[in-house]
Amino acid sequence: MATAILNSRKITQQTAFIFLALATVVTVTPVLFIIIYTTVKGGGAISWDFISQFPSQAGRAGGILPAIIGTFYLMLGTLVFALPIGVLAGIYLTEYARDNWLTRLINLAIINLAGVPSIVFGLFGLSVFVLAFQFGLSLLAASLTLAAQALAMVITTSREALLAVPREFREGSLAIGVTKWQTVRHIVLPQAFPGIITGAVLAISRAAGETAPILVVGAAFLLPAVPLSPLDQFMALPYHLYTAAAHVPNMPEETIWGIALVLLVVVLSFDILAAIIRIKTRQRK
Amino acid sequence: MGERFIEGWIFLAGMLAIVVLLGIIFILLKEGLPVFSHTKPWDFLFGTRWYPLADPPVFGITPFFVSTLMITLISTAVAVPIGVACAAYLSEVAPRKVSETVKPIIEILAGIPSVMMGFIGLALLSPFVQSLFNLPIGLCGLTAAIMLSLMSLPIIVSVSEDALHAVPKEFKEASYALGATRWETVWHVCIPSALSGIAAAIMLGVGRAIGETMTVLMVAGNALAVPVSPTDPMTTMTAAIANGIGNAVRGGPQYQAIFAIGLVLFILTLAVNIIAERVLERQKRKFAR
Repeated sequence: MATAILNSRKITQQTAFIFLALATVVTVTPVLFIIIYTTVKGGGAISWDFISQFPSQAGRAGGILPAIIGTFYLMLGTLVFALPIGVLAGIYLTEYARDNWLTRLINLAIINLAGVPSIVFGLFGLSVFVLAFQFGLSLLAASLTLAAQALAMVITTSREALLAVPREFREGSLAIGVTKWQTVRHIVLPQAFPGIITGAVLAISRAAGETAPILVVGAAFLLPAVPLSPLDQFMALPYHLYTAAAHVPNMPEETIWGIALVLLVVVLSFDILAAIIRIKTRQRK
Repeated sequence: MGERFIEGWIFLAGMLAIVVLLGIIFILLKEGLPVFSHTKPWDFLFGTRWYPLADPPVFGITPFFVSTLMITLISTAVAVPIGVACAAYLSEVAPRKVSETVKPIIEILAGIPSVMMGFIGLALLSPFVQSLFNLPIGLCGLTAAIMLSLMSLPIIVSVSEDALHAVPKEFKEASYALGATRWETVWHVCIPSALSGIAAAIMLGVGRAIGETMTVLMVAGNALAVPVSPTDPMTTMTAAIANGIGNAVRGGPQYQAIFAIGLVLFILTLAVNIIAERVLERQKRKFAR
């Protein structure tokens, strides 16, 4: 009798664990499927011409060079605007801010900024950078918009990296008469550097894949030239994929998968880079 | 002098998060509120017709609101059980090696751009949904909801897993000491103890689903009627913004209406995120020692 109950409890456990494992399989399989399927379907489209030529026939033939360059510029622009400000904000929060209402307000703002939908950042960028600042539908306006969106993430990761630097490092430096900023600059920042870079890499990977904001602030589907100034219009990989997949009739299927594959490789390689930096620093410690 | 200068910049940078958030609120109010000069708030929020090009134009956001609600509910209903079960498996059942392989893969899922998910939904899932439900077209709320559930899984898994990890070891040991099996411990001890963290995970997933644009824009079908069934084509609030902003004249009635949708969207996601944050704080305090 007792063993029967024990057995049935064992069976319940086995069944439950199978379902839990199944849920994990359901979560993991689509990722692997998407990556493998995109590689197989898009691999055939990838050639030197595909990544080094301008598109022709409304994107149906030729390459995607200007979209790749545009995305590269967007990543660079996001980095240039979001990284220094994000790191300085992180320094303020960890090294200077006191525990008062202002600091709590900043933290509240960061948390909520992280949850603002990307399309709302697009409206913000359109109204402020495109129209009010008169940057027009440009690389500059889009970079600023993406940087505004990346800000919360860069601040959060910088703050965490700075907080992880042991207190003794600061005290040792201050004790020998070094000023606070010099301590931060020469002692704390170098220690926190890998963590900060990890956050920055993740942020630009996000910026590379982001579509909704640049759709609002004016990415173009086809342009005759690559942008030469920050005030020029631009093409971008994710927007190119969106238009090719959803709006261009008779688009060769292989080309769309090819664009998808290039986008996936760009975004995921930065994600993997971030993961490698993180693992390397953990090993060093 | 040099030191003061740089510290001034540090302070300004620290303030920037507040400035940007207030800036967003200000812009949405400034550009969005004038919609009420020509459309009554009641008609805007509960009107069932969106005819921006009619004369006079009609701006009722009920179709978008209902679409967002329906898609979010379905995607959450699909993602939560799977996500929590996955988190329970990773934190309580799986051998170390398995969870160490699975976690990076889930992180990759979080990194896949939403436009990519939209394309996958468009190319692969929608023909499947179409034939399964015998629909005239596979681009509908359900297809979008399935893609969104996939996209909200990473955050649900990772936050739930953190919550399960935070359950004190003594709880489990006490349960084992009473003769409970591992599963009984997971089901009767771990999950109930981590419930507020799991609730926060759900809220964060909901926030993600409400704010997601590209996937629903590409996959949900972009119909303007109030959806009745999940298999109807629909337009969410985010997709309505993306669809309309390109044609809207700056400062015109449609422009104002689109910013007003943005305002509603902002308030919704803000509320969801604040609740999630509150719940998460409480969870953290619960087992803090």
